[in-house]
Amino acid sequence: MSKKTLSGTNGVATNIRGWVYLLPALIFLIAFMVYPLIDVFIYSFEEGYNSASQSSFGVGLYNYQYVLRDPYFLKAVKNTFILVIITVPTSTILSLLIALGLNSIRALKNLFQTVFFLPYVTNTLAVGLVFMILFRKTPYSDGLVNALIGKFGISPVDFIDGPYWAKMLVLSIYVIWIVMPFKILILTSALASVPEVYYQSARIDGTSSWRMFWRITLPMISPMIVYLVITGFIGAFKAYSDAVAIFGVNLNAAGMNTIVGYVYDMLYGDGGGYPSYASSAAIILFAIVLTITVINLIVSRKATDIT
Amino acid sequence: MNVKIENLTKVFPGRDRKSEGVTAVDEFTLDIPDGKLVCLLGPSGCGKSTLLYMISGLEHPTSGKIFFGEKDVTDIPPEKRGVGLVFQNYALYPHLTVRQIIKFPLENVKGEARLSKEDMEKRALEVAKLVQIDGLMDRKPGQMSGGQQQRVAIARALAKMPDVLLMDEPLSNLDARLRLHTREEIRRIQKETGITTIFVTHDQEEAMSISDMIVVMKDGILNQIGKPQEVYDDPVNLFVASFLGTPKINIFKGFVKNGGLYVGSDDKAEKILDVNGVDDRQVWIGIRPEGFEIAKDGKLTCSLKGVDVMGRDISVVCSHPADDEVIRAIISAENDVDRDAQTVRFNVKPHKTFIFDRETDERIRFS
Repeated sequence: MSKKTLSGTNGVATNIRGWVYLLPALIFLIAFMVYPLIDVFIYSFEEGYNSASQSSFGVGLYNYQYVLRDPYFLKAVKNTFILVIITVPTSTILSLLIALGLNSIRALKNLFQTVFFLPYVTNTLAVGLVFMILFRKTPYSDGLVNALIGKFGISPVDFIDGPYWAKMLVLSIYVIWIVMPFKILILTSALASVPEVYYQSARIDGTSSWRMFWRITLPMISPMIVYLVITGFIGAFKAYSDAVAIFGVNLNAAGMNTIVGYVYDMLYGDGGGYPSYASSAAIILFAIVLTITVINLIVSRKATDIT
Repeated sequence: MNVKIENLTKVFPGRDRKSEGVTAVDEFTLDIPDGKLVCLLGPSGCGKSTLLYMISGLEHPTSGKIFFGEKDVTDIPPEKRGVGLVFQNYALYPHLTVRQIIKFPLENVKGEARLSKEDMEKRALEVAKLVQIDGLMDRKPGQMSGGQQQRVAIARALAKMPDVLLMDEPLSNLDARLRLHTREEIRRIQKETGITTIFVTHDQEEAMSISDMIVVMKDGILNQIGKPQEVYDDPVNLFVASFLGTPKINIFKGFVKNGGLYVGSDDKAEKILDVNGVDDRQVWIGIRPEGFEIAKDGKLTCSLKGVDVMGRDISVVCSHPADDEVIRAIISAENDVDRDAQTVRFNVKPHKTFIFDRETDERIRFS
């Protein structure tokens, strides 16, 4: 029994020490993550909250009703969903193809790895500017992309200030281009970590390369793909700076606003000063992301059940 | 199927143009008879795995030829050679079940040779029964012990009914007890299937206990081929003699003079045997631990360091100025050894004593 007590006290002591070690991180997390989260949650139910006077008219679901009926918000939700649905699968598949290519070449591998990683270390706004110049149509010039597609007999389109789908296309290409380097990096290392011996064994057994990919490579790197898809979804749902980089700050006018953009506008935009509406929109975004992530996890756990 | 290897050489290129390549296997010629279990035995880095991988087709030889039966398979890709390979770490796909892993090679087959689904299932169950894992068909590798994984690896290699079964150190990842058990199992499976099996190991005890034939290699060069007992009793050089046997053979410095074999190097050298037909020269003298007999007037005098009792035998631990290492002599427990004595005297058995040229390490035979 004495032994039990001993180990018990020991355990408590270790516990306390553990908490002390965690304290600095916890304080920051609580102050800058947990507290604001709770606050946003509360604001989202407080009607007409005023941050200057710290007062509100009442408590209820009015903010949510307003936001969900606001055509700008619905437009932003639609834009965000389209962006997510286009960019997450496309960027993941393209990255996988590039990673497979990188993994199978010897010569110049390092060079190409660096080239593919460059967008990651480049400033988003600078990239946005380049995209704008590439795609923009002005009275003086049609832009490089229009000049290129003109060679195939397609009439010039204003991708920056023109039809909705043209703008969505540019935004999607931009987002895909921005997120791919990280995915390529992760997937290249995931591919390299599949033990060579599995492929040797498969070769001895006469496995076709197609089957090797589907039955060995893909399952072995699936945890990494799941990770990339989940973070990709979260990242794409939070898209904002990408749209700003191409279309400027007045996204509602361009019809290219995103949910995060809507939250920002409600807080600081021209028609801003509505923290309650912003909070509701943020909470709705949170609910969407949480739902998608949970679905993702459930689906992937079934697909990548290794143990 | 018998496997014939002719002048097989593998040179791995250096890291850059300046550095020289490494010759892993050097002019190897070997004939492996049908249905036998053959061990490639040698220390780490002697090229035995490279040789095995060349037989499998995963490595391509720099020069030389490999025949399966009459057929030259040197330039045939691994999947068309009809070999099964068991890897050192088994290489079981972690996301598949045992059933799926065993069926994997069968599902690769295309055309007429492809079995129907029922036949695949039947075959998988057959080999699983052979290696006694038929109760674990729906487990994944992570849910099995090392020994069970090893069996799955063997089952997968056997499922496609290979002509030749290759095993790369298949027991090295198992614990001592399991290793003993599994090597018996491998022997049994090989006997039951009658598949020509080539087995790579650095463990001489393992090689001695299960193989029909041992191939001893060093630095990519074939040293000796033969039945385990023959190689042990009649080594061709110092390396083979010292690589085989536990406890290790005892090596003394010595010389031959006027038909006498002397241990030591100066005038205090002791003559231990008469050796006829050997010219006077400097030699290494190898005496197996069981080659000693205790005798009051024995010709070899050693300083006694201790006596280990092992039940049936006793191991006399002693030292001699002509041998830098500890000498171990295994003698019957019926002998009475005075543990407090300073010295112990032995006579040596001629057929357990080998002499090797001091320069070339080659065996010198005497009568």
